[in-house]
Amino acid sequence: MSKRLLVSVFEHEHDILGATNAARENGYKIVDVFTPYAVHGLDAAQGLKKSKLPFVCFALGLTGAVAKLGFQIWTSASSWALNVGGKPFKSVPAFVPVTFEIMVLFAGVGTVLTFLIISKLQPGKKPKVNFSGATDNRFVLVLEQTDAAFDIRKIRDMFQPFHLVEMEERIETSGGLLNVKEAFQS
Amino acid sequence: MSEVFSILRKPLILGNKSYADVTSDIANPLDRKPSLPWWIAFLVSFSMFVLGATAVIYQLFTGIGTWGLNNTVGWAFDITNFVFWIGIGHAGTLISAILFLFRQKWRTSVNRSAEAMTIFAVMCAGIFPIIHMGRPWLAFWVIPYPNMRGPLWVNFRSPLVWDMFAISAYFTISLVFWYVGLIPDLATLRDRTVSNIKKKLYGFFSLGWNGSNKTWRHYETVYLLLAGLATPLVVSVHTIVSWDFATSVIPGWHATIFPPYFVAGAVFSGFAMVLTLMLIVRKVMHLEEYITLHHVEAMCKIIIATAGIVGMAYMTEFFTAWYSGNEYERFTFINRAFGPYAWAYWMMFSCNVFVPQLLWSKKIRTNLVFVFFIVIFINVGMWFERFVIIMTSLTRDYLPASWASYSPTSIEVATFIGSFGLFFTLFLLFARLLPMISIGEVKAVLGYGKVSKHE
Repeated sequence: MSKRLLVSVFEHEHDILGATNAARENGYKIVDVFTPYAVHGLDAAQGLKKSKLPFVCFALGLTGAVAKLGFQIWTSASSWALNVGGKPFKSVPAFVPVTFEIMVLFAGVGTVLTFLIISKLQPGKKPKVNFSGATDNRFVLVLEQTDAAFDIRKIRDMFQPFHLVEMEERIETSGGLLNVKEAFQS
Repeated sequence: MSEVFSILRKPLILGNKSYADVTSDIANPLDRKPSLPWWIAFLVSFSMFVLGATAVIYQLFTGIGTWGLNNTVGWAFDITNFVFWIGIGHAGTLISAILFLFRQKWRTSVNRSAEAMTIFAVMCAGIFPIIHMGRPWLAFWVIPYPNMRGPLWVNFRSPLVWDMFAISAYFTISLVFWYVGLIPDLATLRDRTVSNIKKKLYGFFSLGWNGSNKTWRHYETVYLLLAGLATPLVVSVHTIVSWDFATSVIPGWHATIFPPYFVAGAVFSGFAMVLTLMLIVRKVMHLEEYITLHHVEAMCKIIIATAGIVGMAYMTEFFTAWYSGNEYERFTFINRAFGPYAWAYWMMFSCNVFVPQLLWSKKIRTNLVFVFFIVIFINVGMWFERFVIIMTSLTRDYLPASWASYSPTSIEVATFIGSFGLFFTLFLLFARLLPMISIGEVKAVLGYGKVSKHE
């Protein structure tokens, strides 16, 4: 299966925001937007829902805290109940510091690992799509050409007020390769 | 819509930079060969590191009898250095996490190097408790692990075990936070470098980042979560370090003021060290347009605030010692200010309380030479703070018969110098291999305090 994609390149943050908003309002299917930094408001313009990672973070933190508290009570009061200076075996206040540290460790490291997995990022991976300049100074909007009525000239006109720099058509094949079919220079 | 920046504010980045300018300004120095000052600095730091490493190896083979410790003073130079280095690390997390949560956009120019500083400082700190064990190859005994000695576990009610958990969790989270912040910049470097080896390395570590907004959305959330987690963590770490002292019954240590006092001191000393490094970096690497006077001033203001807290803590300690009616406590504090280590006490007091007051003057805090000397004084003063707390309380405790004095041996001094060597060696290598300033984050604040070109 192959997809026909339209790649539009912009130069400024407010241009990409405007163009993305316009594309979505006119009912075009936005594949993704590529930017050199996190542009605020782009999620809403692109119609993306909020990340659910805070819930993952909370669940992991809670797991870490409960597991560590349980472990401390088990080792100190059951598995090896050692009397240290007459301190109580189940001294919960004394277990707070380590419980807290492990909670943060689980929540922090676990959330980052979850993020890498859901974003399909891994060491040594080559980026599937890489637009030159998207990690430097260009903002790239990729639209999918869903039907025959998709008119590139119309889109060009729609994007002109947003200082369109470059626009090109590409085909995404099943192998994930992008072939430049046609290129326009504005 | 796009974020609105008030034009009434001062711009954060000077010189009307474009996005491409930011990338090349920060990434170009990595492609050039190291300069002569870099080589000189590197050789000096590396020699210091070798000196320290030799001292550590010697004391490992000979035993910690090579230190100046005695029956009364069983914890001296090593714990002073440990607390000092941990404190240095804290400003890194403060800049990257707490200022991020408070939406302080000026942090973007300094957060990367501050985070690197945190990691290196925690590494330096870690050396001291480990060599203090005397048999560091058994250091893993502080970790609870299933073993062959019956159900023998560590004592979770001991502050030293809390320390181990706090420091290792802090190190891990700092490292993860720093690395997560680096991923987009590594991708930027990967896409522009011409060297094959560098392309492979940056490519490996950038994890396939391509700037997709779907990824950015999660990335921003992760960064916010990490900042939210690191903020209480940084407070907890130095609080736990202070509990090493506060849970004991030694006069001068057994105080509830210790946690906030240590945390404030850590932020204070950390900012002094960040400023020391930043003032050198901006000059040597020509980053004056990124680390501006505005940044230096902002950091100076935090130093004034924390110097106030630290000064307040010194005086509160005295007040409590007098008001408690406890004669041992009273004696300890009079002894601190007027006893055999009075010189160290007044060194600490002048460097940490009097000298920073100069920064109230705008003329002084915008004069980089003055600021540089002031922060050096603070670094020295904060080292003496730890020395004073430990030394004055340990040398003269409840029993005059056990009073003793202490002075470090050359081995201890060499180890201390070695920790500075390690810190600067790592920092210099970092400056050569990775971007000193967060490229992605600086691009996001370029428009700050400026009228947009399109308006």
